Amino acid sequence: MKLVNLKIDDVDISVPAGTSILDAAKQAGIKIPTLCYHPDLPVKASCRLCLVDTGRKKLETACSTPVKEGMKVITNSKKVRDARRTALKLLLANHPQDCLTCVRNGSCELQALAAELNITDISFYNMVEKLPIDDSNLAIVRDQSKCIKCGRCIEVCQEVQCVGVINSSFRSGEYKMTTAFDKALAETDCVYCGQCSAVCPVGAIYEKDDTAKVWKALEDPDMHVVVQTAPAVRVSIGEEFGLEPGSIVTGQMVAALRKLGFDKVFDTDFTADLTILEEGSELLERLKNGGAIPLITSCSPGWINFLERFYPELIPHVSTCKSPQQMFGALAKTYYPQKAGLSPDKVFVVSIMPCTAKKYECARPEMNSSGYQDVDVVLTTRELGRMLKQAGVNFENLEPEEFDDPLGISTGAAVIFGATGGVMEAALRTVYEIVTGTVLEDVDFKDVRGIKGIKEAEVELDGQKVKVAVANGLGNAKILLDKIKNGECDYQFIEIMCCPGGCIGGGGQPYGTTNEIKEKRIKAIYDADKGMELRKSHENPAVKILYEEFLGEPLSEKSHELLHTHYVSKKK
Amino acid sequence: MAKIVELITENVGKVRPDSLEDYLNASGYEALKKAFKMTPEEIIEEVKKSNLRGRGGAGYPTGSKWEQLHEIDETPKYIVCNADEGEPGTFKDKIIMDKDPFKLVEAMTIAGYTFGSNHGYIYIRGEYPLSKKTMQKAVDLAKEAGYLGDNILGTDYSFDIHIRTGAGAYVCGENSAQLNSLEGKVGRPRIKPPHLAEVGLFKKPTLVNNVESFAAIPYIVLNGGEKYASFGTKESGGTKLVCLSGNVVNRGVYEVPFGTTIREIIYDLGGGMPEGRKFKFAQIGGSSGPCFGEDKLDTPLCYKETGKNGLIVGSGALLVVDDSNCAVDFAKCISEFFVHESCGKCTMCREGNRQLLRILTRFTEGKGCKEDFALIEQLSNVLPISSFCGLGETATRAVSTCIELFRDEFEEHIEGKCRAGICSFSEGGK
Amino acid sequence: MLTNQQIRDVVQKYEDGEENILAILLKLQEASGQNYISEDCAVEVAKELNIPASKIYDLLTFHSMFSTKPRGKYIIEICKSAPCHVNKSREIVKMFENELGIKMGETTADKLFTLQFTSCIGACDIAPAAKIGEKVYGNLTKEDVKKIIQEYREGGK
Ligand SMILES: Cc1cc2nc3c(=O)[nH]c(=O)nc-3n(C[C@H](O)[C@H](O)[C@H](O)COP(=O)(O)O)c2cc1C
Ligand code: SF4
Ligand code: SF4
Ligand code: SF4
Ligand code: SF4
Ligand code: FES
Ligand code: FES
Repeated sequence: MKLVNLKIDDVDISVPAGTSILDAAKQAGIKIPTLCYHPDLPVKASCRLCLVDTGRKKLETACSTPVKEGMKVITNSKKVRDARRTALKLLLANHPQDCLTCVRNGSCELQALAAELNITDISFYNMVEKLPIDDSNLAIVRDQSKCIKCGRCIEVCQEVQCVGVINSSFRSGEYKMTTAFDKALAETDCVYCGQCSAVCPVGAIYEKDDTAKVWKALEDPDMHVVVQTAPAVRVSIGEEFGLEPGSIVTGQMVAALRKLGFDKVFDTDFTADLTILEEGSELLERLKNGGAIPLITSCSPGWINFLERFYPELIPHVSTCKSPQQMFGALAKTYYPQKAGLSPDKVFVVSIMPCTAKKYECARPEMNSSGYQDVDVVLTTRELGRMLKQAGVNFENLEPEEFDDPLGISTGAAVIFGATGGVMEAALRTVYEIVTGTVLEDVDFKDVRGIKGIKEAEVELDGQKVKVAVANGLGNAKILLDKIKNGECDYQFIEIMCCPGGCIGGGGQPYGTTNEIKEKRIKAIYDADKGMELRKSHENPAVKILYEEFLGEPLSEKSHELLHTHYVSKKK
Repeated sequence: MAKIVELITENVGKVRPDSLEDYLNASGYEALKKAFKMTPEEIIEEVKKSNLRGRGGAGYPTGSKWEQLHEIDETPKYIVCNADEGEPGTFKDKIIMDKDPFKLVEAMTIAGYTFGSNHGYIYIRGEYPLSKKTMQKAVDLAKEAGYLGDNILGTDYSFDIHIRTGAGAYVCGENSAQLNSLEGKVGRPRIKPPHLAEVGLFKKPTLVNNVESFAAIPYIVLNGGEKYASFGTKESGGTKLVCLSGNVVNRGVYEVPFGTTIREIIYDLGGGMPEGRKFKFAQIGGSSGPCFGEDKLDTPLCYKETGKNGLIVGSGALLVVDDSNCAVDFAKCISEFFVHESCGKCTMCREGNRQLLRILTRFTEGKGCKEDFALIEQLSNVLPISSFCGLGETATRAVSTCIELFRDEFEEHIEGKCRAGICSFSEGGK
Repeated sequence: MLTNQQIRDVVQKYEDGEENILAILLKLQEASGQNYISEDCAVEVAKELNIPASKIYDLLTFHSMFSTKPRGKYIIEICKSAPCHVNKSREIVKMFENELGIKMGETTADKLFTLQFTSCIGACDIAPAAKIGEKVYGNLTKEDVKKIIQEYREGGK
């Protein structure tokens, strides 16, 4: 690789050709402020905060300017400081200064910059114009007055997720990020993936806060409040408390939830194992008796929304299995109260999810097979973080605790649901043993792991070759879906996860998520899997008992009633 | 005494725009025939010798631009003619398109041949529907007669020209924004680098030149670059179409050799101010250009001298303002333009221009204050060096030069006084 | 109101649909009879070209020649750029406003005229200038304004 030599302030450095000044400065240990820049998205260079002096008449944006041989970059001079501070002041003059009551207080990139650049007055005229807040739906709130027009959400919604409901529009002072004809999100094809909220640097897009509902239930002496935690939360919630990304904090998380007052702390992993048994059986059934192939997984509600809105013709391909969180909800209000001697109407089910789409999912009319709304409230990882902070829980120093029985028992196969490829791998572990009747010695299917957008693998099952594919991020999913539509696809089984990286990259995960952090979370997921005694879903003893005591067998009538669902076209 | 030469405008008013025959009779397509006998290197050499510089506003040497594109191996290459002519006070590209459209077609064909390109695009602003029709007609006629399309004039070279329309956006004149617009995207500018010569239209190497720049090409090819250059000054080759507007008697487009002074243009060609009015200031290069006073009237129009005097050649717009106008009100008018036209993408231009307009509006209402001068200065210092594109870079130029010239008038406005009687202060002032 | 079929016909007339999106939208706006692109129309174009409607909305709100709200049959665009400004375009604004009894940005009750500002239309040599459709009017006086409006009133009925 060709190296380029340059000098940044007083540091001589060599970096590969094509490196941006920003990255080169990072390597030289020099920090340049940024706002619109996001390491995983195309560079926008629109905020003008990363300006540096390269000796030309004009300053240049470090995020977008590649290094040149012999370049001399000055990152700190009056000229540079004045320009950056002007940019920031201009933004602030048009920004509601609501920090004290803002969801992003303490986690806001704009707020941090104002402190960093020592802004003590704004000098410019106040241009703030209150725009209406869009809270038309159950998952995502948009407060455009706070938008600083970095364009990250647009990139994510249009190019990464290929949903394309929000976009830039208008020009000059009216320039804003909005939907076609300024419709409320609920009236658009938004899939509620929340990816826009995950990349927004400020409080302009965020998840609907449902913590009040949970506090209320916890206060209610008549209510038996149970909580389930998604696989991806245990490797990310630590970040809310300043722990290293990729810290596995399952035990502390359980302890913290008990401190909040939940009556039982259960695990979505339990129903993840159950999902494998149901979905695996569905696959085998279809392979044997015919049915739409490829079969596509259904555990990602953002993906299901995408399916219903954009690819309804492929509905027959999609597994009828509910997502693990909804399977859990259905059991938590049937099987569990029956076993625990509780009245189902007194059981309140809370889900802690990396996901905003599940807020929408839990309110779907189909999701009440218990006779009640199966899951009462879905909180994101970030919301849980806020509750714990509010309660003063000293997270880092908690003694680890165990999940409750029986809905807290799980295997390593369930943990890996949190990462892209995990559902596929878990399914293969089980399907292999069912089909071949032999023990799978090496349970690691490494081909389907990792953050790559589309992964393929071929597995031999008792002489029959099965071709599988895994897609994460809806843009990648779209590629596979179009292939299926055009009959160009020879896969038998496909895993689709709405969010890039899978659930560990969910729209409700701690702020500041980048691919680098996602990789760390993924590694933690597989480490957690490795640390488990049981690593195949069908070995989960609690699941076995569940079938014996309650469901009968996979795909039984009872299973269908509680664990399966159907989809309807919502194409406009 | 200023003289007019007719290199680019030789056919204007003499040929019918919808008659290829007229054009051929006026020795049209001789240049293309000659070009076909030249190598691309020879053509580029002539363009370099001509000292032609981009007439779209930025004044980049056309020869160098062509050479850079020529050195890039990737194909296909695209030829784009920037006919967005959005700079207020500029109406010269329109003359060429409306009165001598075949010249542009021929010029682009020569460029296409030079770069081995098979597709050219003319991006005409939406406000010029008639120019669009005229150009389309010319393209169709040229195609019918074998001057465009497959195997032009029996050679194995094929070239097609596509006419495209804008829909009202000044920033679409910025070359990278224009390419976005040509691709069907919204015309907000792109990050540069990469340069358009490398990653241009549809991500392919692309030449973008202004209508007037292209229009000089046939003359240069036919008569040689040196001949063309000889009309101008040492550094600024040839002629410039000047668009004289505002408070002068004879407004219009004049083709003058470089080196003609601004005074000559305004007084000899323009006939000076209307009866009874006095020169107050002028603005050169359009709304993005600087304002200047009497003292700079003797500056010769050429890249070197204007540069030395803090002026520009720009698009060739020359706006004359007489003493019936108010400097503050004028500055506000310019500022309104940029607030209207900012694409909104970058902080500096989006937020900076609306601040500037707010401040100037306050002045015209008698609500200005001393501190506002510091804010204007801050914006005038920062926007030019830190905006995303040329629009934001030049947006404060007229205002800051206006204040330099007429600070006293601005100060009077703080007191609620407008010499020209334009600003009404009806809301009671301070 | 354009039918979906009419909209599709217009879109299909252009070979490189997406590249010609501005021309398509201008055409549809003209054909709408009310000089605007309705939401339904934008959605239909988006479907036909297989692009998100949000991208069409971006184009419609970015370019000054489009409107997403119905306008008059004739749009009178008065230039407000500097060369017209110093030639006292504000006077002709008043003339048009008085003659039509509406303010800039408004549409007459009979839906015949909408008054709008435009940036320079390249008619600075005949400033102050205005534009109605493809026609450009310059050196405008009070009498001109009266006459022009009269003509359109007669022609428009
Ligand atoms: C905001 C803005 C508007 C511009 N408008 C035009 C225009 O209308 N016509 C034009 O030829 N160049 C315009 N330009 C300059 C072009 O970006 C580009 O420099 C030019 O088309 C190159 O052609 P030339 O070298 O032949 O001048 C504009 C630049 C900016 C920054
Ligand atoms: S978005 Fe950030 S800067 Fe704005 S009010 Fe919220 S915390 Fe403060
Ligand atoms: S939630 Fe997802 S689909 Fe909805 S606007 Fe945000 S990124 Fe787009
Ligand atoms: S909503 Fe957030 S992510 Fe989107 S442009 Fe505004 S500040 Fe950026
Ligand atoms: S300077 Fe910035 S906001 Fe202004 S037109 Fe250029 S990119 Fe757009
Ligand atoms: S971070 Fe570079 S311009 Fe925004
Ligand atoms: S300024 Fe009005 S037409 Fe040019």
